[in-house]
Amino acid sequence: MEEIKVDKAINIKGHVCPYTFVKSKIAIEGMEIGQVLEILLDYEEASRSIPKSMEDHGQKVLSVEKINETDWVLRIRKEKE
Amino acid sequence: MEFTEDQLQRYSRHIILPEVGGKGQKKLLEARVAIIGAGGLGCPVGYYLAAAGVGTIGLIDNDTVEMSNLQRQIAHSTKTLGLLKIDSAKATFEALNPDVTVVGIKERVNKDNILGLLKDYDVVVDGSDNFPTRYLVNDACVLLRKPLVSGAILRFEGQVTTIIPGEGHCYRCLFEEMPPAGLVPSCQEAGVIGAIPGVVGSLQAIEVIKLLLGKGEALKNTLLIYDALRTTFRRVKVPKNADCPICGDHPTITELQDYEANYCRM
Repeated sequence: MEEIKVDKAINIKGHVCPYTFVKSKIAIEGMEIGQVLEILLDYEEASRSIPKSMEDHGQKVLSVEKINETDWVLRIRKEKE
Repeated sequence: MEFTEDQLQRYSRHIILPEVGGKGQKKLLEARVAIIGAGGLGCPVGYYLAAAGVGTIGLIDNDTVEMSNLQRQIAHSTKTLGLLKIDSAKATFEALNPDVTVVGIKERVNKDNILGLLKDYDVVVDGSDNFPTRYLVNDACVLLRKPLVSGAILRFEGQVTTIIPGEGHCYRCLFEEMPPAGLVPSCQEAGVIGAIPGVVGSLQAIEVIKLLLGKGEALKNTLLIYDALRTTFRRVKVPKNADCPICGDHPTITELQDYEANYCRM
């Protein structure tokens, strides 16, 4: 698999909806188009809802990966202001 | 400016909206809105703008809270009877949201003070209860080229319109002159159901927020009429009048006047 260059990483472990998305959205708003945001989270529902909402907002979901028993890593590329 | 954790929670339902986001919320926090009147309309408009985090709210009113206000003027309370409405409302709005600064202005607007009072605000809300003020506010906003969200209520009916000088109609395109005093309801005729200003004021607050965010379609060239007895909303087209005495091609009103009339004030 091609290596993804991450421009910014946030850790939102311990947060639940809707703050998981609030935090992710604030982070991506502060980035440039084309840059990649990496999100570390441990709230399962957000591993599905964040990618869906990001796509609804016009961003590109590059990967959704369960990295251990409790945590997920999402990588989102900013496509839209 | 970075959001605090409290702000992220307080405004989370705004931030998750595509039309708002963190950037839109910052626009609201940096915005300045003037509200004419801290009564039936000014209370709900100010309440929702304060809740939304509109950073500076200028509240212009020189009345005190009376018992008869409390049936509809929801920023005031039995405990604030006798206080200035601006002080009563300021305490309510700032208690709801400490991010908001309410600038209480104890004045009745007139031709000499209105331009100075409104010039530093981004949007003006008319929540006044009488025609002389309504015309004065319209004329001042046209001269200042400030967006104006105008509301009016009576009995079971309410009206809202958004005036964007240079782009759409103004109040004088709709009604060129004030109605004669005999056509305006007298005090004992001018009842109102208390929730009517709640509906109209909420519509005004939404119009203000849309203007500040630059989202959606403003209610320009349109008068929205709410009939509570029939539960209908009617949109009436109000074209910009090229012969309008204040915003037309050859305006005849080039400076403000005070409009005196023996109208009853609600």
